Amino acid sequence: MTDRMTISLTVNGDAVSREVSVRMTLADFLRHELGLTGTHLGCEHGVCGACTILMNGRTARSCLTLAVQADGQSIDTVEGMADGDDLSPLQQAFIDQHGLQCGFCTPGMLATITELLNTNPDPTEHEVREWLSGNACRCTGYQGIVDAALAAAKTLQGKVP
Amino acid sequence: MKPPPFSYHRPDSVDEALGLLATLDDPKILAGGQSLMPMMNFRYVMPANLIDINRIDDLSRTENGGETLRIGAMVRQRDLEFSDLVKARCPLLHAALLNVGHVQTRNRGTIGGSLSHLDPAAELPAALMALDATLHVGSKRGTRDVAITDWSMGYMTPNLEMDEMLTAITIPLWPAGHGAGFVEFARRHGDFAMAGTAAMLALSPSGTIERVALAVTGVDIGPVRLHDAEAMLAGQTPSEALFADAAQTAGAVPGLDDVHASKAYRRKLAIVMTKRALAQALAQAQGGGDD
Ligand SMILES: Cc1cc2nc3c(=O)[nH]c(=O)nc-3n(C[C@@H](O)[C@H](O)[C@H](O)COP(=O)(O)OP(=O)(O)OC[C@H]3O[C@@H](n4cnc5c(N)ncnc54)[C@H](O)[C@@H]3O)c2cc1C
Ligand code: FES
Ligand code: FES
Repeated sequence: MTDRMTISLTVNGDAVSREVSVRMTLADFLRHELGLTGTHLGCEHGVCGACTILMNGRTARSCLTLAVQADGQSIDTVEGMADGDDLSPLQQAFIDQHGLQCGFCTPGMLATITELLNTNPDPTEHEVREWLSGNACRCTGYQGIVDAALAAAKTLQGKVP
Repeated sequence: MKPPPFSYHRPDSVDEALGLLATLDDPKILAGGQSLMPMMNFRYVMPANLIDINRIDDLSRTENGGETLRIGAMVRQRDLEFSDLVKARCPLLHAALLNVGHVQTRNRGTIGGSLSHLDPAAELPAALMALDATLHVGSKRGTRDVAITDWSMGYMTPNLEMDEMLTAITIPLWPAGHGAGFVEFARRHGDFAMAGTAAMLALSPSGTIERVALAVTGVDIGPVRLHDAEAMLAGQTPSEALFADAAQTAGAVPGLDDVHASKAYRRKLAIVMTKRALAQALAQAQGGGDD
């Protein structure tokens, strides 16, 4: 019977505890309460994928998840990917392969491809495209993003410099 | 595009959830949230009380009963997709799951949520119709079983009272060696189907059709079983011509007209999807089966 609740969760490896309104989405929690504005909101009804984050290692729409549902869970966002100034191999591949232009869709793309490469380290182009069906990009035409995913897969497997 | 105010409840047990359903004003169950949250963000739905069933362990189990499979309502679509048991014993469900939305939505979305939301184009209700599934419903008043054929009461209206919830689904399994096919047509992979068909086929030792089940989705307001086609196929020797004839009956399903497709177009698609699903099921029954 409550409209406010205290939640404790892990965000990018750090323990976080906050009192939130129960109707706050996880996306708004990350952006407004924690200042992690890398997670973007496009449609707020589940179709664009810009808000995709990792919850316990699996991608989820943060616009369709309530902050209170993340209580006790582990969340990873784009802010946790780089090691200081060193970009992750996937982030670097996006730059090298022109996987972004405006960058609005990029955090969601990175989250999706992170889960893909964790579950399937050597995906085919078709598999990459199937995974990306849940993330819209209005700039790149996707080719650069697909190339980045495939290049990152190679780097992570130590096949290419 | 934010959900309107509500009170939030997070029961730990089915009993507690049913108690809340019975006593709270204007309650709504929150499962995977992949359909409910968009509707709340759009303010199509504004429940006073949200009952989050995500932490009820009893609803998240899949049980192998030998000749049946019992799946808890809160089992996530992606967990079912990964289930070796489902892959081996119920290939139709596995094939249908791969067409439900995207990885990101399947990671959260549940089997019970899909059945309760009952989108006209949802894959799982049609697959479960071809499988003759039974749905287990609970409330403080008791429990009841609903045959999948009695589940849809109208447009996006499941056979559920306000104080009831879906707790599990039982699927009677077909013998090993049967074939399954699920084919749908959508503009993009992951979109809802404009028409799709679920097909189950078992052959006799002499190669004739011993048992067959067909259901279409996306054409009418709910899944539709193709009894006429099944009657034409039973006992016959499978052939392309026979499948084509039987599939024609899918063109008689009362169709929906909407922005995505006209009724006539959906019916045409249903015929083609049925032919393809039958061919897929046959190939699997004739030895593509790896179980
Ligand atoms: C981008 C996108 C694409 C999608 N594409 C598809 C698709 O191609 N095919 C498809 O079938 N679906 C698709 N969906 C919807 C699918 O992802 C949902 O998972 C499903 O429709 C609802 O399941 P849920 O667990 O998310 O339920 P919720 O959204 O939590 O609930 C849906 C409804 O069911 C009720 N409910 C849930 N569980 C129970 C229960 N145990 N007992 C009683 N009532 C209950 C809720 O109160 C609510 O009314 C898509 C969704 C998105 C966002
Ligand atoms: S903002 Fe969440 S999917 Fe578009
Ligand atoms: S880079 Fe602009 S939307 Fe994808």
